[in-house]
Amino acid sequence: MNAIILSALLGVVMMFSSILTENRTIIRNIAIAGLLILLIGNLLNTYTVYSFNIDSHNMLRFDKFGLFFNSIAIASTLLYAILSGSDVVKVGNYPAESFALIFFALCGVAILSSYNTLLMLFLGIEIMSIPLYILTGSDKKNLKSNEASLKYFLMGCFSTGILLMGITLLYGASGNFNIESVHSTSNAVTTSYNYGILAPLGLILIFISMCFKVSAAPFHFWTPDVYDGAPSVFTSFMATIVKAAGFIAFIKLFSIRMADLGPSSSIILSTIIIATLLVGNITAVFQQSVKRMLAYSSIAQAGFMLFALYGNNDLSSEGILLYSAAYSIATIGIFAILIKMKDYTFDGYNGLAKKQPLVAAANTVFLLSLAGIPLTAGFFAKYYMLASALKSNGHAVLWLVIVAVLFAAVSVYYYFRVIQAMYFKEGEAETTEISSKFKAGLVVMAILIILIGINPSFLLNWFYF
Amino acid sequence: MPIQYYIILSLALFCIGIVGVLVRRNVIIVFMCVELMLNAVNLLLVAFSKMHHGIAVVNDKATTVGTDAQLFVFFIMVVAAAEVSVGLAIIVMMYRNTHSVDVNFLNRLKN
Repeated sequence: MNAIILSALLGVVMMFSSILTENRTIIRNIAIAGLLILLIGNLLNTYTVYSFNIDSHNMLRFDKFGLFFNSIAIASTLLYAILSGSDVVKVGNYPAESFALIFFALCGVAILSSYNTLLMLFLGIEIMSIPLYILTGSDKKNLKSNEASLKYFLMGCFSTGILLMGITLLYGASGNFNIESVHSTSNAVTTSYNYGILAPLGLILIFISMCFKVSAAPFHFWTPDVYDGAPSVFTSFMATIVKAAGFIAFIKLFSIRMADLGPSSSIILSTIIIATLLVGNITAVFQQSVKRMLAYSSIAQAGFMLFALYGNNDLSSEGILLYSAAYSIATIGIFAILIKMKDYTFDGYNGLAKKQPLVAAANTVFLLSLAGIPLTAGFFAKYYMLASALKSNGHAVLWLVIVAVLFAAVSVYYYFRVIQAMYFKEGEAETTEISSKFKAGLVVMAILIILIGINPSFLLNWFYF
Repeated sequence: MPIQYYIILSLALFCIGIVGVLVRRNVIIVFMCVELMLNAVNLLLVAFSKMHHGIAVVNDKATTVGTDAQLFVFFIMVVAAAEVSVGLAIIVMMYRNTHSVDVNFLNRLKN
């Protein structure tokens, strides 16, 4: 409960801070302090030291999984604000508002990690998305940003409509909004009318709309355009924290309700996983712009995260936490460097290693982590995902795991193209000014990735404490 | 009136909304179609709410079963209003830059 209340309050604080000061550095520092407060508040809640005691009538339930995910999301946002905060305040005329919107989106993330009724799922998704529509369009004079925000907005509304119809049909079948399938009202009457079809139909609609939100394959088409058009700083936020939160919401619901989809549920899921991996990886290979490549790679990573649904056991809930941490840190780092580049194409990175050896080295670690090379966090993240699927389904899914590993090999190609450009090509990589603080932040993140990669229990022990 | 009529009416409205979103080119019309989808959901929620209440009230006169769906409808209305305010702002922003509200314009993002 701490995270929800504090993030909403801090959002308001950020809005008022723009009245008091115009200084962008001060605003950034206020935001970083606010994120620290938020992180501490959430940790106090996790370790049951103190939390606001508000009776939500069982609409929200705070378990360790959700609280721990909150910590990861807030810590990633903190890293994001430290690294790219000075770029966030450059976008648009009113710097404090961007941070206020980020805080409001975090409020939605906190709701999504703890919802216990479908009403809260709907509210969480909306509270998280509406600020993002604005952030996407925050570069008002830029046509691409306008297009991206309109497209994101229309797609978001459309999928929300589908989600709501799904929730309504589920309600019609069961008479309540619980995420577990409990029939509260007289079952006899409901069954006598034979509304058995309503529940699976509703679940399929919810499934489709969640696939929209996490950009899984047949419903991914908006992702590259939106991620490409949005200002890079906000793409970084959208592609990491928001996406991971979407997955947490997805998994929280469907780890309980997957069986209700019927015997074909595993076929549906494996089709979507393969399609997502295929589209994400193959299209990423042909991109010329690093930013667009990262958009497709985020689709490909979503394919791996979907394995958590397939596994649906202890290993998969550990895995999804590890995955969201590893993926968020690496992607935030890559985007932070991308923002500093003048040219977003692969050629823009030519010769970066000679000019900025430290930045290039950190970027290499992040890219290796995304590709899933051992000794980086990304390796264990992928390992946990595939292992969880094998653990609960045995050899029946061996073929799916092999396909996933093959696609991971494909992904190495386009991640290594960036490394190749940085180290082995001649050129003058033009960057904006890179401060030593920024470099220090990058090094800390690279060390974090390697630490988690050597020993994932470094992160996961916190989960069990 | 049997609940089937409500289900059919709502699903019909919902489908009109979906087709409108997919087919129409004017952003304002697309936007109205999304609203149509949301209102179809509202209608169906209220109908289900009355149905479940009617079933439960036979056994228990003071039951509150079904009220949660009507509450949900209010939340949908509030969220839809918030979405409208953001969405119209985005449309106005786009109109200022391009002097058009045509969705075909979105295809320029694709390389």
